[in-house]
Amino acid sequence: MADGNETNGASGNGAGDPGENGAAKKSPVTVLVEGAKAVKAQAAEEIKALKQPEKTDVWKSVLRVKHDETPRSRALGVLSNVFLHLHPAKINRDAVAYNYTWGMGGMTFYVYITLVFTGTLLMFYYHPSKVVAFRDILYLEHDVPFGKLLRNMHRWGAHLMVIMVELHMFRVFLTGSYKKPREFNWVVGVILLVLTLLLSFTGYLLPDDQLGFWAVTVGTNMARATPLLGHDGPFGRQFGMTPFNDVRFGLLGGSIVDSNALLRAYIWHCVAIPIIASAFMVVHFWRVRKDGGISGPAPVQLESEMKEPRKI
Amino acid sequence: MPNPTVETPPGANPPESKSKPGIAGALRNIFTADDPDPQKAIARRRRFVMAGILGFLGVNLLMFLRFFFPRTLFEPKTKFLIGYPSDFGFGVDTKFQNQYRIWVVRNTEGIFVISAICTHLGCTPDWKASENKFKCPCHGSGYDPEGVNFEGPAPRPMDRAHVEVTPEGQIEVDLSRLYRWPKGERSEFNDLGAIVRV
Repeated sequence: MADGNETNGASGNGAGDPGENGAAKKSPVTVLVEGAKAVKAQAAEEIKALKQPEKTDVWKSVLRVKHDETPRSRALGVLSNVFLHLHPAKINRDAVAYNYTWGMGGMTFYVYITLVFTGTLLMFYYHPSKVVAFRDILYLEHDVPFGKLLRNMHRWGAHLMVIMVELHMFRVFLTGSYKKPREFNWVVGVILLVLTLLLSFTGYLLPDDQLGFWAVTVGTNMARATPLLGHDGPFGRQFGMTPFNDVRFGLLGGSIVDSNALLRAYIWHCVAIPIIASAFMVVHFWRVRKDGGISGPAPVQLESEMKEPRKI
Repeated sequence: MPNPTVETPPGANPPESKSKPGIAGALRNIFTADDPDPQKAIARRRRFVMAGILGFLGVNLLMFLRFFFPRTLFEPKTKFLIGYPSDFGFGVDTKFQNQYRIWVVRNTEGIFVISAICTHLGCTPDWKASENKFKCPCHGSGYDPEGVNFEGPAPRPMDRAHVEVTPEGQIEVDLSRLYRWPKGERSEFNDLGAIVRV
């Protein structure tokens, strides 16, 4: 150490006064050179991350454990898989306190189950076609036994689910539960929020009434302004986009909100998005458990629960 | 580790040949079994199989995306006849709004056709005859009788459709050819075909 200091002093401060501010004052050239070196080091780091993605924080956050080629790792892959561990065997008392969790995640799931059930029943009386869709809604409202109840459960449940998902997100944010090691579950949660909003949006068109029709007209017209992929968006025209080949056309199956759009909304709403959302929910719940349960301070242990240390 | 002192047999590939192997050569290279390091041979084969699977899935994804863009549309016709120029008096005519989503407007310059789509987010504005303006019910954009925006969020005047007089003297409208006047850009409203001068 002493050797190194001496050589530094001899080469660096030989010309100027070696006493005060020798280390703190740097010429702009030195600062530039150091900055360039830092950028270079960072670039080298990033290239390393590209070559060995399994060493990056993102990779570790997604996969949670090392996946080496060892018998133990392979056994764990089977033993700790999603389907055996959807729900924890036991949970910490503090983790289920309503004033901490608000129960929003669980209640959102409960509402989702209700929506799947009532939605499936509504499908028995609804035809996703331009001629009869609105007639079926009137039929459900006025003649189908319990049709009005089912439709309103589905409608209000949908509103409730959006509100609850947002409150759940708010709680997770307030309690800092998105922090390590739960970053990936936060990402899954954001995807689930988007899927919830998409479910809400696609369901809006299905009654085929004036409200839903114009809401979807407005909503899909926003897609016209997508950069590159929308015909009114930045560089869209230069990219060759017209109302007949842009992203809005792909969403609607046509250039106007018509029977194709109704059918597509129906399929996305009733089949595709629920399947995708269910898969993400499975991962979401499993990761809550695998990331160490619901976040919170260290568990409190009551005196009555304490066991005498075993004497041997 | 091959012994450098031993001469390579004439049939084998010299290791330092730099020329690019052909597809057959590359395949032989991948599936060759006599590699000094069997792990490397296995890794090569696995990479090949994985590349095949990923390529297949990639092409499938492109097919999946293309599937959502139909070739044939069953939408209302975009080219139609609306009658003779003498059928239209001065001002806004709303009689084709329900059928074709257009308004026919005649002013001192001639007859032109406004596409009844709000330039904000695509609703159909209402013609308010008593207030002499178009008003969009969705977000309140207002347009004057020539379709030029003067209030609300609309970014530009409503587009105009291509019009021309057929040999029989009728006006033919083509909604697939629109004339626009984006803010700060050149107005296309005086282009040939944007207006029938009568």
